[in-house]
Amino acid sequence: MSTSAVAQPGVNYLNVRHGLASWLLTKDHKRIGILYLLVVTFAFFLGGVFAAGIRVELTTPQGDFVAADTYNRLFTMHGIAMVFFVLIPAVPAVIGNFVLPLMIGAKDVAFPKINLLSWYIFVIGFTFTVGAMLIGGVDTGWTFYTPYSSNFSSSNVMLTGVGVFITGFSSILTGLNFMVTIHRMRAPGMTWFRLPLLVWALYATSLVQILGTPVIAITVLMMALERAFGFGIFDPRLGGDPVLFQHLFWFYSHPAVYIMILPPMGVISEVIACFSRKRVFGYSFVAFSSLAIAVFGFLVWAHHLFVAGISPYSAMVFSFLSFAVAIPSAVKTFNWTATLYKGAIWWKTPMMFVFGFLGLFLVGGLTGLFLASLGLDVHMHDTYFVVAHFHYIMVGGAIMGYFAGLHFYWPKMTGRMYSDSLGKLSALLIFVGFNLTFFPQFVLGYLGMPRRYHVYPEEFQVLNVLSSAGASVLAVGYILPLFYFMYSLKKGPLAGDNPWLATGLEWQTQSPPLPENFPQTPVVHEDAYEYSKRGAKVA
Amino acid sequence: MPRLPNGLATHAEHVHGHHPALQHHFETLEQQHEASTLGMWIFLVTEVMFFGGLFLAYMLYRIWYPQAWSEGSLELDIVLGGVNTVVLIGSSLTMALAVRAAQTGQQRATVNWLLVTMALGLTFLVIKFFEYEHKFELNHVPGPNFVFEGPHADQVQIFISLYFAMTGLHALHMIIGFGILSTVAWMAHKGRFSPAWYTPVEMSGLYWHFVDIVWIFLFPLLYLVDRAHQLS
Repeated sequence: MSTSAVAQPGVNYLNVRHGLASWLLTKDHKRIGILYLLVVTFAFFLGGVFAAGIRVELTTPQGDFVAADTYNRLFTMHGIAMVFFVLIPAVPAVIGNFVLPLMIGAKDVAFPKINLLSWYIFVIGFTFTVGAMLIGGVDTGWTFYTPYSSNFSSSNVMLTGVGVFITGFSSILTGLNFMVTIHRMRAPGMTWFRLPLLVWALYATSLVQILGTPVIAITVLMMALERAFGFGIFDPRLGGDPVLFQHLFWFYSHPAVYIMILPPMGVISEVIACFSRKRVFGYSFVAFSSLAIAVFGFLVWAHHLFVAGISPYSAMVFSFLSFAVAIPSAVKTFNWTATLYKGAIWWKTPMMFVFGFLGLFLVGGLTGLFLASLGLDVHMHDTYFVVAHFHYIMVGGAIMGYFAGLHFYWPKMTGRMYSDSLGKLSALLIFVGFNLTFFPQFVLGYLGMPRRYHVYPEEFQVLNVLSSAGASVLAVGYILPLFYFMYSLKKGPLAGDNPWLATGLEWQTQSPPLPENFPQTPVVHEDAYEYSKRGAKVA
Repeated sequence: MPRLPNGLATHAEHVHGHHPALQHHFETLEQQHEASTLGMWIFLVTEVMFFGGLFLAYMLYRIWYPQAWSEGSLELDIVLGGVNTVVLIGSSLTMALAVRAAQTGQQRATVNWLLVTMALGLTFLVIKFFEYEHKFELNHVPGPNFVFEGPHADQVQIFISLYFAMTGLHALHMIIGFGILSTVAWMAHKGRFSPAWYTPVEMSGLYWHFVDIVWIFLFPLLYLVDRAHQLS
């Protein structure tokens, strides 16, 4: 379609005010989304640098690039940066902040000041964590298992713990804000079953953030009290139970996986409907499967503890429930596939990332079933099989979905288009690089290579070199968007209000949107994804 | 003043007669109040989960070490704890009266009841301070200097750790509540509230009651573990 004829609209949220203060004191959800985007992008590349360190070390069987202690710090800081400062905030805080009020026809989130506060809390938590990294980092693994973290580690556990603790409140406040927004701020006619599926996904995510994140906060606090003042809650010398820490930690950290994956799943629903020119197959099933994942997600945590000495009977129950959580995930995957069926597929960059997501999430999800099996998990536990599995979910799933969302909403955020061919190239590089990096790790793990070691037997070298080579391809795929997005900001062709001819209120307002989103509060007359009422012919 | 985005703010205000407390992104005061109420209740749910981690640890170790729990609990001062319970329940009453006064538009009474609530909260904290001080004198404080005579000294340390963590976190919530109430009292003093809009009074009331309820659980769980044994 021709975009050059569209004039850049006058007043929008980007040009309504200027200067640093207008950004740092903004209460506009769209600007706050952009602020999150900046920090998350920085954290993503920071985490990537640590990952690069890991992959360089593992190209040879010997520990020649870094010492064992440095290696421990590298994978710990990679995990902490990526989990707490990229995966958890990426889709909710960046894309969710930007599009949620637009999608439901609201002027803003329910609590704009709290929204800004949550960004500041995030930045303060990030500053503590980066500060800890700069003065030497932390070596406990991102899981902070006691008693190593509380009694023995000589690295900067406290400072990092404080950073994670603070950051948690940012996530809680975002969840709270979104939940109230979805309940109370919907435009007239925007009933629950007309909500875009991304909104359902964000709602389910908020539920997990609200119920789960306070538990990690108190857990990290107990660990910190133990470390700082010698409290004895997890100290086996006094009769305390380190496994209690693991239970509490995973009570949050397993549901946190759903904080990471549910919002990208919502993005996938938006994008797949738009680029198939069809209503999402089984709308209500996809909507409720988000809630089901959020609820089931709270009942599976002990599958991380199968080898920690828990009762075999509870292990059986947790194994069963872990299998059960695959059902709503499968519902989504099947429904997305059914949406493609007889759709008029439009091959654009966001859709490329969706295809990437579908393939990688499928592998990640199915290998999760291996690990949920009691017998197999004993063999696989703490091997590279686990590493490969959760990277397929978190990177192949969550980050792919995040990139799909960024490429889908970029024209709305900035009013400008990016190069579609470079976008497709990036999606392809990421898909190929990702598989090259992580598929060999399944094999390595199955053959018995444990995670978190900087040396390994020589027979594992070929697969490790393949993995490191893949990581280089992956890095190029991730850096590429940085360039074409920057270029698009300055020189990209104007996008127009609705470059994808998409349904949804966010596409009915101008790009970039008005400071208050809509000229007047919209009234909704139709269900989500009524693509049949719009022209199916696009090219 | 509502924060409207452009120079039309005062104009719009005249045309629609906006209440000064109505924020620009809400349609009505009612919508705004409902959003705040829901937000506050959700926040309290997060608080329940936050304290929940400690309660879980308490439950586990109480089942594992009932003897130590009995010994540790008998060390706590039931009189000071009991007085504090009465003080806090009283403060919940005065808080409810403050909300009622705001609801019915009695500005003076709102301020006064808030001040009484704050005074009771302060009383609680002072009593708590003396309880803590006594623990420090006896070296009943978790850490390397912990001293306790008895057969289960190590496990009693876990009890005392949880005692300090739970009551400390509770006291921190009291201090934050004190700060919130002083802000709300100042707003009430300035005449910001009316029967049409008194959301901050009600929200701070919800928070205060929550902190009170936490203590209602903490007192029996920590102070009354095995008192019958002591009486016999």
